[in-house]
Amino acid sequence: MSNAEHHEGTRRDFLYYATAGAGAVATGAAVWPLVNQMNPSADVLALSSIRVDVSGVSEGSQITVKWLGKPVFIRRRTPVEIEAARNVDLSDLPDQVARNANIEESADATDENRALDETGEWLVQMGVCTHLGCVPLGNAGDYTVDSGVGGWFCPCHGSHYDTSGRIRKGPAPENLPVPPAEFVDETTILLG
Amino acid sequence: MSGIPHDHYEPSTGGEKWLHKRLPIVGLMYDTLMLPTPKNLNWMWIWGIVLTFCLALQIITGVVLAMHYTPHVDQAFASIEHIMRNVNGGAMLRYLHMNGASLFFVAVYAHIFRGLYYGSYKAPREITWIIGMLIYLLMMGTAFMGYVLPWGQMSFWGATVITGLFGAIPFVGESIQTWLLGGPAVDNATLNRFFSLHYLMPFIIAGLVIVHIWAFHTTGNNNPTGVEVRRTSKADAEKDTLPFWPYFVIKDLFALAVILVVFFAVVGFMPNYLGHPDNYIEANPLVTPAHIVPEWYFLPFYAILRAFDSEVWVVIAANFLTGGIVDAKFFGVLAMFGSIAVMALAPWLDTSSVRSGRYRPMFKWWFWLFVVNFFVLMWVGAMPAEGIYPYIALIGSTYWFAYFLVILPLLGVLEKPLPQPDTIEDDYKTNYGKSSTNAGAPAATPAE
Repeated sequence: MSNAEHHEGTRRDFLYYATAGAGAVATGAAVWPLVNQMNPSADVLALSSIRVDVSGVSEGSQITVKWLGKPVFIRRRTPVEIEAARNVDLSDLPDQVARNANIEESADATDENRALDETGEWLVQMGVCTHLGCVPLGNAGDYTVDSGVGGWFCPCHGSHYDTSGRIRKGPAPENLPVPPAEFVDETTILLG
Repeated sequence: MSGIPHDHYEPSTGGEKWLHKRLPIVGLMYDTLMLPTPKNLNWMWIWGIVLTFCLALQIITGVVLAMHYTPHVDQAFASIEHIMRNVNGGAMLRYLHMNGASLFFVAVYAHIFRGLYYGSYKAPREITWIIGMLIYLLMMGTAFMGYVLPWGQMSFWGATVITGLFGAIPFVGESIQTWLLGGPAVDNATLNRFFSLHYLMPFIIAGLVIVHIWAFHTTGNNNPTGVEVRRTSKADAEKDTLPFWPYFVIKDLFALAVILVVFFAVVGFMPNYLGHPDNYIEANPLVTPAHIVPEWYFLPFYAILRAFDSEVWVVIAANFLTGGIVDAKFFGVLAMFGSIAVMALAPWLDTSSVRSGRYRPMFKWWFWLFVVNFFVLMWVGAMPAEGIYPYIALIGSTYWFAYFLVILPLLGVLEKPLPQPDTIEDDYKTNYGKSSTNAGAPAATPAE
């Protein structure tokens, strides 16, 4: 039974290693498709961009649209909200990165770097709390201005976002991300 | 099969002998049922039967519910209402399945606390304990996925929050989350796979239950004294034990009957008491319920998850030491899974040579504080994360970890245990013996 003295290897050794090797490769080849089938399917991946009509959004109000299965907040801010957002010292922010997909990754979290337009009237951001993915409530939390305008509060675990959607307090680690967005005409925003 | 000496099955008739030679299945069942069982087992040893019953109840009601349920985002919610209103006896079947999950967790927590108090996790029963913890994890996974299937608001947002936990893993988290969900958010792909896995996992649990039973049938049951059954001879073993059938089967089934009276009262008269009204609102990805609360059996761990925010010094330290890789979010996830991991490691963290808490005067206090703490965590887990509650959750979570990582290791060194009875027979005679007049003296020597 023992082949210990046949150091050069025997036909049995060869069959043993060849079978084990083929078995390992076959197992890997069988497992990968089983794992990969759980990744997003082609139709899910195909949903990439949508156009949103914002002509009906008045100052101080917000609409929520669904993009890639998630809510996107489109808010037309009041001057008070903009002022509050721009009067924040960067060092007061837990997350000092803009999280804006439209500009470079390392940009500072100034309100100018997060708003869609230069005046800062339009703020477009994902309505998904960066903690565990709940939808934050608008006009709520510790960072509202003018008695309850602006700011977001996540009811799940108590994260507070300011009028620029930046995390200020609570367990969420990052600012609300700004998705790829642009004005294609006066009243239409393209998401994605 | 068992290490305790006892009579084994002997086929007597010709037919039995014929079968036994070919497949010794009757012998396997005989040895399983006639297992010598410590005769001093108290009422905390009935939960195993209750758990077995729950698994059977959930599988049977689940299989028939699946005949009427539609796992599609457009139809799932309506198909649940279809079960409730149109299917013959559908409301009863669904309420049994819903509340069966709660009974399952009541029983598993009682079973785990029994093990923690009487030191059932200690050598040589570590494997039984570890298998039990795996079953418990699978139970949580199964219950979580089952709760998503009705596709109500709590289903959807519970799924979003819990799968979000995987997104907290550094570097690969987002890919894992997308892979689990089958898309960028909880959607039809998620519902479909959860249905598939919810159907599969109970059968994996059933397989592990067999291994769990096999393991403790090899070591023998623990008992309230923690003293082992004598294995020196069959006669000695018989003084410490009684066969599982009929003595413990009847006792366990009696207890099960009493528990089922309460269970059916709940199912019949207050079937939604343990649920959330929000789950009777269809899932809406654009609106989060004001207050996302998991089912009651997840609350202690939910409290631990939420306890560690970025203002807690250990979180700040972990963040600093790992160069920002471990943030508050990931720390909370680690704490939640860690709370179960430390419990699984109890056999190696508890340094006391005494098995049963009955003979450990200091341990008793810490243990009962641990039980109270469990309920406190359950309570704060249901409260909003504001005001005083995060602090209570933090204190409770700290105690949870301290119990396993500090108290159990230290008690073995610091504590002076009480004298233990020499045998189970001694303990039995002291507590249940007819001639015994001074019940409570643990070292009473039997006359024989």
